Amino acid sequence: MSDVTLSGISVSYDRVKVVENLDMHVSSGEWLSLIGPNGAGKTTVLRAIAKLTPFEGDIRLGEQPVTQLGPRDLARVVAMLPQEPQMPSGMTVSQYVLLGRSPHLGYLARESPRDHRIVAEILRRLSLDAMAARPLEHLSGGERQRVAIARALAQQAPVLLIDEPTTSLDVGRQQEVLELVDQLRAEDGLTVIAAMHELTLAGQYADRLALLVAGRLVAIGPPAEILTEPAISEHYRARVRVVPLNGAGNAVVPVRR
Amino acid sequence: MLLSGLPSLPWIWGAAGLLAVVASAGIGVLVGPVHISPGAVLQALVGGAVDPGQANILWALRFPRVVLGLLVGGMLAVAGAAYQGVFRNPLADPYLLGAAAGANLGATLAISVAPGTSVIGVNVVPLAAFAGAAAAVAGAYILGRTVTGLRSNTGLILAGVAIAAFFNSIQQFVQQSQTSSIREVYSWILGRLVTAGWDGVFLVLPYVVLSAGVIFLHRRLLDALMIGEDETTSLGISVQRVRLIVVVAATLGTAAVVAVGGTIAFVGIIVPHTVRLLVGRSYRVVVPLSLLFGAAFLVLADTVARTIVAPGEVPIGVITAFVGAPFFIVVMRSSRAAAL
Repeated sequence: MSDVTLSGISVSYDRVKVVENLDMHVSSGEWLSLIGPNGAGKTTVLRAIAKLTPFEGDIRLGEQPVTQLGPRDLARVVAMLPQEPQMPSGMTVSQYVLLGRSPHLGYLARESPRDHRIVAEILRRLSLDAMAARPLEHLSGGERQRVAIARALAQQAPVLLIDEPTTSLDVGRQQEVLELVDQLRAEDGLTVIAAMHELTLAGQYADRLALLVAGRLVAIGPPAEILTEPAISEHYRARVRVVPLNGAGNAVVPVRR
Repeated sequence: MLLSGLPSLPWIWGAAGLLAVVASAGIGVLVGPVHISPGAVLQALVGGAVDPGQANILWALRFPRVVLGLLVGGMLAVAGAAYQGVFRNPLADPYLLGAAAGANLGATLAISVAPGTSVIGVNVVPLAAFAGAAAAVAGAYILGRTVTGLRSNTGLILAGVAIAAFFNSIQQFVQQSQTSSIREVYSWILGRLVTAGWDGVFLVLPYVVLSAGVIFLHRRLLDALMIGEDETTSLGISVQRVRLIVVVAATLGTAAVVAVGGTIAFVGIIVPHTVRLLVGRSYRVVVPLSLLFGAAFLVLADTVARTIVAPGEVPIGVITAFVGAPFFIVVMRSSRAAAL
């Protein structure tokens, strides 16, 4: 159930189509990043896969249409990391990460020792164990992002949707977060679909990029094919240079007009 | 313990809550126009020999009133906490969806139009108040659903505001046109614990047990709602289902206690927030401690209400606000306001 297929997906807000007739397949264990200018529909696509917004068309996880999955079943397959996760003040790191066990609990059930064990293991793995008892409001931006990833991991879902994971992080923290996701993907075989703003990083970490413009899929393929100067200048209306980094992907550098 | 930092009810606060309940009940039983010694109270409780007059005062007046106060106070505080949780709104109280307006209208109609009537031995006023409260909240829920499909809290809250305004306008019209009963209506609205025997206790007890029990079982889910509707949904929790069940439970309990106690103000806001400020925000802590401290607070307020201008009574809602609001401000100033 860890490959994701979108067929003819359209999403409308107030009768305006924000995503139109999108077809896309993401293989099991693949990292696909959605790129595109503001308002292209990147977040909306993620929200449709997580069934957080109504859509037309068909979205399947493996063979299973998401529309046939109940909320708990869906949450055991798909974990969603929103752009700015809400972190209620007063809640501790371990309490927050333990929320990720919700899809595995009955409606009124309490977390079992096994749930506690799973969360303790995740905190250790993400080097968060020392701050388990710390209130969320005392965390730095990078720590918050790691804690949010830990909560998503606690769902033990094979598909991870990430919305702009690097927003408001400095360049070191951006790399740290993406390296962590990449490492988890490799270790756990996760399928990752991420909406990304930062094109250089998007190209460095994803297997493929999907360029969305005004709700339509314009191009999809390996980063080197998508991140080209003509494509970026046309669709982002930006002047950029694409600089090869000797086998470490390409850097997309803005050039002043 | 494998995981540190998980919310649990600190035993010292649990003990403090129980102590508050016992102490307030003791004060409520001992204080009154007729002096009764603690020894006599204990004798009466264990079935020993007590002066018949004193035994009568205890069993017919003070015990039922204290027990009723515990039930009403605990219920209003727990319902307030539950409403604040499902609506993620610190200003939510048990009357948010029109329960008070509905109860007031029901009681006003019963007092004005059919004074002194009873149905199968029960005074019609609490029955009408209960029906009014339940009808108002049901109306708000249906209205909220038709307008916004319950996708947003705001639609439901606004529906509650509209229903409350509508019911209040009818209530005021009836009150103004029936001047002979205006004093009785007004005193009912400000809240007062009925004193005649155990009827009130038996009337509300099943609702309080059921309602508080359901809310108690939803502590984990109320915590999960803190991260917002979308994120809670993406964790596989049906926010609408949690909201419906908790609102129905809190409303039933509120309607029942309002029916016997009137629309006592502020308990549902002040008690849960005081617990949050002092102990923590998790509903695993807020729900049980609100029950205990709400119960204790209302019994104390009631004791003040019936002694301060004895032999008369001040409406209890006046006391809960007059004492509760400054106390709340002191707690707020001396702790981290961020915890709200």
